[in-house]
Amino acid sequence: MTTPASTSRTPSTSPPGGNAQAAIGEPSAAARAAKDALTTALLVIGLGTPIVLIQTQQSGAGVTLEWRFGLLASLAAIAFAARFLWLTLIAPWLATRRPLEIGARLSPTTLAWAKRAVLAFVVLYPFIALALAGKGGAIKWIDNFGIQLLIYVMLGWGLNIVVGLAGLLDLGYVAFYAVGAYSSALLATTVGLSFWLCLPLAGILAAFWGILLGFPVLRLRGDYLAIVTLAFGEIIRLVLINWVDFTGGYAGISGIPRPTFFGLPFNASDEGFAAFFGLQFTPLHRLIFLFYLILALALITNYVTIKLRQLPIGRAWEALREDEIACRSLGIDTVTTKLTAFSIGAMFGGFAGAFFAARQGFISPESFIFMESAVILAIVVLGGMGSQLGVAIAAVVMIGGTELLRELNWLKQVFGPEFDPTKYRMLLFGLAMVIMMVWKPRGLISTRAPSISLGEAKAVSGAFVKEGHG
Amino acid sequence: MANKGAPLLSVEHLTMRFGGLVAIDDLSFQAHRGDITALIGPNGAGKTTVFNCITGFYTPTAGRIALAHAPATTAADIETLTNSGKRWADTDSASLYLLERMPDYEITAKAKIARTFQNIRLFTGMTVLENLIVAQHNALMRASGWTILALVGAPSFKKAEAEAVARAGLWLEKINLIHRADDPAGDLPYGDQRRLEIARAMCTSPVLLCLDEPAAGLNPKESLELNALLRTIRDEHETAILLIEHDMSVVMEISDHVIVLEHGAKISDGTPDFVKNDPNVIAAYLGVEDDEEAAAEAEIDRLAAAAKSGPTGEGGVP
Repeated sequence: MTTPASTSRTPSTSPPGGNAQAAIGEPSAAARAAKDALTTALLVIGLGTPIVLIQTQQSGAGVTLEWRFGLLASLAAIAFAARFLWLTLIAPWLATRRPLEIGARLSPTTLAWAKRAVLAFVVLYPFIALALAGKGGAIKWIDNFGIQLLIYVMLGWGLNIVVGLAGLLDLGYVAFYAVGAYSSALLATTVGLSFWLCLPLAGILAAFWGILLGFPVLRLRGDYLAIVTLAFGEIIRLVLINWVDFTGGYAGISGIPRPTFFGLPFNASDEGFAAFFGLQFTPLHRLIFLFYLILALALITNYVTIKLRQLPIGRAWEALREDEIACRSLGIDTVTTKLTAFSIGAMFGGFAGAFFAARQGFISPESFIFMESAVILAIVVLGGMGSQLGVAIAAVVMIGGTELLRELNWLKQVFGPEFDPTKYRMLLFGLAMVIMMVWKPRGLISTRAPSISLGEAKAVSGAFVKEGHG
Repeated sequence: MANKGAPLLSVEHLTMRFGGLVAIDDLSFQAHRGDITALIGPNGAGKTTVFNCITGFYTPTAGRIALAHAPATTAADIETLTNSGKRWADTDSASLYLLERMPDYEITAKAKIARTFQNIRLFTGMTVLENLIVAQHNALMRASGWTILALVGAPSFKKAEAEAVARAGLWLEKINLIHRADDPAGDLPYGDQRRLEIARAMCTSPVLLCLDEPAAGLNPKESLELNALLRTIRDEHETAILLIEHDMSVVMEISDHVIVLEHGAKISDGTPDFVKNDPNVIAAYLGVEDDEEAAAEAEIDRLAAAAKSGPTGEGGVP
């Protein structure tokens, strides 16, 4: 490092694109980038000609064609500029940076404080929303962003047990969410049980269905397991649609009683929550209560998962993900190990379902489509399989991000009143998946924290951790 | 080498067929307490298949594999258990197991047989310590009250876990890996991974340790360390060893008893010195001498001609 001769060899000191000086006769970096960007633009024109260039217009009896040369040209220009900027500025800048690993570069104390700060923010969130957005605006922020997000965080943490820890690829997780929601709704509307009884019962029933699904798929691995669990999810949904007498079919179940605050309902009556505490009635009370309820449920899920990871059962799950044959050679009964993972994961899905039913007051099979399973699985995979923090971040980004699209109505002034940003939800979702898989194929947090250590615990690099075969 | 009364493991008339292929053909052998028994033979002789039958990864087509924990067990006990239709007899005088009836995990959990694999199967994403703790799963599971007691923070589990960690530490010191306890197992060099896999198997407290080519890929120094480790296991623990090995320096150095397989059948059985000088073994490993081979070919030709002329000579079918 001290010898001056070495400076030309150290990569950090060479400017981006500086390798152009290396060989005479080679075109400069800018020229090569321009050529590359031109190819990209031509590709856009080639692809866009059939897709973008011609638009059919319904006019009277026939169809007329509208040629949109301007649009195609502007798209090509955008592609050219983006590719050129990427090659000349962004890519060299990224190359000089070390790969980002959340948590790895922070000291444990900083991380602990960051966790506490986040927890404090989440606990105070309804009041922060209330203070910033006022009584009218806070409803949206507490309901859509707070409660909605926490449901997905909880579902992600529940599925994380099955997929992230035990390595069993489950594409039908929404089935347990549905079982929880429907069993809780039916118990409440037909038997008349209160939410606080329905909640544990829904969890137990979902766990039971988890075991029921577990048995036939015990011998299946990888792709086959994924297909069977996907089919299971669809079977549950189809039963909910077609068993009209029991589930109400497409009409669903309505009039599900709302959770009470130790017997005090959230309504304007004299026995209500507001009257009892001498407050003015507002629907915000119920929302804030629901927010803390789902927060508590999610934190319980998190706590139990963290605890289980440090117990023999959790270690057996992770060992199962690493190598099933080695597990059996060590005397671990893989059948019960898989079934416990399925049932405990399903149980948390059932709790979330019971909460969902009570929060909505109305459920129908449309809430439990395959897309939901896919979103929850995407949260687990993007977060980094097995990482509680990663799953939480991924849920916030994916669900919060798509919710934020609703806030982009000002874009209508740019693209015209027809423009609806929420329609691009799936497109952005897919784009985020592709980018993540290229940038961090093992998810946001790919390192694994050891469950026990002799000395100071060191994170295990994702390169060693296996993802499971089924 | 305490008591050599009843055999620890007796394999009788073991046969394993895969479709039309006969991998093991009516094989019988015994492994004794306190012995290192080596199973050798050319590639494809069926050694690993024998291992997979003993450890329950395959269910044999026919035959009996009996494991007797106590030397007092008699042949009559084995017959009684076989006829009873049960998988094991767990009495004070004799714990007896019929391995061909038991699933793989039960063989490790109840009959106390541990194994390693030809291609190392460590939990690479878990730390060295975690690998050894997972091996003590069944004992810890009982101590945790099937998770429920441990979830509410029972002190008995804390104690059991501390004991498990201590036991793991003991083995890590034996294999000189204590300084790497908190590193991922996948990060260890190859020779260390081999020894860690043996230590992990030993953490299940086995009475019989089955090692599938433990010296494969080791350099001479590591081979010597392995010999020492295997001797320690035999002498200081009540664990007999059954091993498959190609490295003759390991086999002849440490084995008390050698069994030679070829084409799924036993061709020699005895002390290392006996086996070393057995003409059958020499023929199997080195091939037969040229003139003997010529004689054998002539014999085959004669038999083939006889077989061909057989039906026609008889006059055949009208």
